[in-house]
This record gives sequence, C-alpha cells and structure tokens, in this order.
Amino acid sequence: MIRKSGCGLPRAQSRGLPRVQSRGIRDSLWLSVLACLAASCTGNQATFNPHGPIARSIANHGWWLLLMCTLVYVAVMIAFFNAVWRRRRDTDDLPETARRLTRNVSIAVALTVVILIGIAASSVVAGRGLYSPGGAGALTVDVVGHQWWWDFQYHDVTPSDVFTSPNELHIPVGVPVVIKAMSTDVIHSFWVPNLMGKRDLIPGIVTNTWIQADQPGVYRGQCAEFCGHQHAHMALNVVAEPMDRFQAWVQHQREPAREPSTDEERKGRDVFMQSPCVTCHAIRGTDAGSHVGPELTHVSSRLTLAAATLPNARGHLAGWIANSQSIKPGNRMPPNALDPADFQALLAYVRSLQ
Amino acid sequence: MNARWVSIALGALSLFATACEREIRPFQDLAVASARTQKPVLSPFQHNAYGTAEGKRLFDQYNCTGCHSHGGGGMGPALMDDTWVYGSDPANIFESIVEGRPNGMPAWRNKIADQQVWELVAFIQSMSGQEPIDVLPGRSDHMRYSTPENARPAQTPVQTHTP
Repeated sequence: MIRKSGCGLPRAQSRGLPRVQSRGIRDSLWLSVLACLAASCTGNQATFNPHGPIARSIANHGWWLLLMCTLVYVAVMIAFFNAVWRRRRDTDDLPETARRLTRNVSIAVALTVVILIGIAASSVVAGRGLYSPGGAGALTVDVVGHQWWWDFQYHDVTPSDVFTSPNELHIPVGVPVVIKAMSTDVIHSFWVPNLMGKRDLIPGIVTNTWIQADQPGVYRGQCAEFCGHQHAHMALNVVAEPMDRFQAWVQHQREPAREPSTDEERKGRDVFMQSPCVTCHAIRGTDAGSHVGPELTHVSSRLTLAAATLPNARGHLAGWIANSQSIKPGNRMPPNALDPADFQALLAYVRSLQ
Repeated sequence: MNARWVSIALGALSLFATACEREIRPFQDLAVASARTQKPVLSPFQHNAYGTAEGKRLFDQYNCTGCHSHGGGGMGPALMDDTWVYGSDPANIFESIVEGRPNGMPAWRNKIADQQVWELVAFIQSMSGQEPIDVLPGRSDHMRYSTPENARPAQTPVQTHTP
C-alpha cells in the first residue's frame, strides 16, 4: 500500500527504506522548487532580470516588498509560536506586566504603520515611473492588439514613410519610446517583463506607456490578459539595437516589397494576388493592400512567424499557409488548399520578401 | 485501518477519472453533429455552433450585410425568410457564394477560402432557423440589430426559381 505524505512524496521511512534515500528525494524537491524560483531571476521574459529603467524600478520595488514581507512574516511567526509554547506564569497578572504588554503592542502597531507607509511610498514612486516617460519621447509607436497578434505602427509626417512591423518591435537602445496602445477586438495586455510592466490594450481607448532598453538584445513579450483561444500563443519580440542599426532597419522597412527576381517568384506573386491571401494581407508596392492580417512586405526579415510562435523558416511557413488551424487552432487564417506547383511558387515568393 | 485508507484512495482515484473527458472543439474537421439533430450532415460546419458563430462574424466582415442587410434583405434578397431563389441546401448556398448569381451577387471564388465559405453557409442556414436550437447564435459581437437567431421562428424553405 502506498501512502502519501502531505507534500505528495511517498513516506520512505515507514516502509523501512534507508533514511538517506528519503533525504535525497526531499533535497531534490527543494532544489527543483529553488530552481523554479531562480528561473524568474535570470533569462528572458523575467521580471527580476531588468534591462531597462521601468523594469528596474519594478524589480527594485518587488525585492523591497519581498524583503519587508519576509521580515514581517518571520517576526509574526516567532511571536505566534512563542505565544503557543509559552507557559503561563504567576507574574502575568501583575500590573507591570500589563504595562509592558501595552508598550510592546504600541511599538508593534507603530512599526506596522511605518512599514505600510513605506511600502505605499515605494509603490507610488515605482508607479509614477511606469506611465510618464523619462524624457521627451523621440519616437512614438502605436501597438494595436488583434486576435492573436500584435501590430506595431511607426508613424511619420510623410505618409509614404509610415510602415507597420507585425509582432516585432524594434527600438533604439537607451532612448525612451512612447507606446500608444489600442485594440481592434477584445482587451489584450502588452507586457515585456525584461523592459516594462503590463499595459492593457482596450478597444475604443488609447492608453499610453513607454519602453526603454539599456542593452542591445531580443526581449520576448507576451499578451497578459486572456483574449481567447490563442491567448497563450500571442507573443512578440522586442529587438533593441544601437541607433545606427535601428535607423538602417527603419530605412529598410520603409521601402516597398522587393520585386520578384525569378520566374518562380513571379508566378508566386500571381498566385498570391489570385488567391484568398490578398483578401487579408498587404504587401506594399503591389495591389495587395488589406490590413486585416499582418503586413507581409518584409515578412522574411522577421525573426518569427505566427506571433512569435514559430521560427521563421520555409518549412514552418509552408505548414502555416497550408493549415494554420493545426498550429494555432481557432486563429483567423483559414486553411489554403493550393495546387502543389502554385504552393511552391507562393512559398518562394513569400520567402523572397526580405 | 488499512481497509479505510484503501477505500479513501480508491474514492480519490475515482474523482481523477472524471477529469478524463474534455471538451473537443472541431476547428477544421468534419463537425460533430448536434445531439438534438436527426438530419444528415451535408456541409462541414452544419449543426456546428463554432462554425456558425464564425460565419456570423464573417458575414459582417465580408460585408454581406451591405446588400442582404442583417438577413432582412435590401439590394439583395432576404435570408431570414422562407424564400430561396436558388435552393436552401448547403451545396446551393455554397454555389451561390462561390459562383455568384445574376442581378448582382458577385462570385467570391478565390476571394474567400473554402473553409470560411462553409462557415458562412452554416450561418446563412441558421438565419432562418435551419439549424438545431443549440447551434443557433444567441448573441452578437455588436449592438443587437434584430431578434437573435435562436429566438426566430423556423421557416420551411420554399424554392422559387426552377433551373
């Protein structure tokens, strides 16, 4: 018969197994718990691994809260067990004991008030930093939430220089970027844990936040408000790069799509224009101009496909076009049954859109 | 003592067994017919609530409402009454969408993917109550424009045009 102890481990001692083994199991459990905790301190998409001023103020506030709560918890537990185990003494009824108790309780109440005010002040300081940019925003990017992908729109006074970058936000390092957040369908939430806190994208309302990265890198973000079937696969990448490389990227994105250079790519373009693809997707420089789905002008220059769900490779693209419903069930893109030769040509064309 | 623990463990295990069944949503395969229908399934999303709801969304997004209004008709014929010019079978409706019809209905071949056409077919059938009550949409994404599909009287289709 197997009995379970409170923490879900078999009770090895009761079956006469050596004590060392049970300690080994318990130690490995503790190690795995600690590893889970430590995972939130390092790596990508981790709040306690800040790479920007907003994330740093959030992380500092988090550590401060953790420290205060730990101290208070330990103090309360010590007092609690002391009260449980302490024997009643004859001196407990003396008036001077009552006076001492009153003094102790007053000190505890005063400490509680001071700690609460301290935590509230820290909250206010951390919160103020979240929603007001540190400097004059040199760059403003609109983020539009869709079920289930992100659209980043880079504005410019020249209409032909306006472009969108689906699921991939490029920002220059060390510069605050103002984010105007909106949604076309349901409430989403924009969250890049290494760089910033959550900001809800609410239909019909434009909300503001800002983002800044101190080091170059690719930071993963994730929708943080449940928004339907594929909420878990609604991710994004923030690419932070030095200003000159960022400017080069902007220049490249402003250009219209590359002309097809081979016969197969030309055929692929014709397939694109004559199939349901053109109903939803835009390719600047061609007749395709619908913005229901992600823009594809430079699709093959991106890191990922399908809202940071798939690596951007020819095979993944093929699987996505043929039947995206098997990859992200319920998403808005229908399966496309194309003639094999047409399909290969279409793949060649879309892959050429660098 | 041991017997008591065994019975408690068995009872707990039987609770786990209730978690084995989970809801299955057919996003692409042939739809499972509604429990209340006796009719044969003639199209991929017939008698399927998910496909019908998607069809309702697409009906607005592809601007079918531009001519057919929200089922009551305008430039195009009404879709919530009992009159069917070209037949009420799923195949007839599919053909009307894909091939187009005289006097204004455009052909949507290679504009709308087949799966979405079948979803539209399922929704168009639901507009005049040609679907079981548990499949008919009851809510709209936007402000309600007419009696919800699941509260309309079901119509008996009449074909008015003989080919």
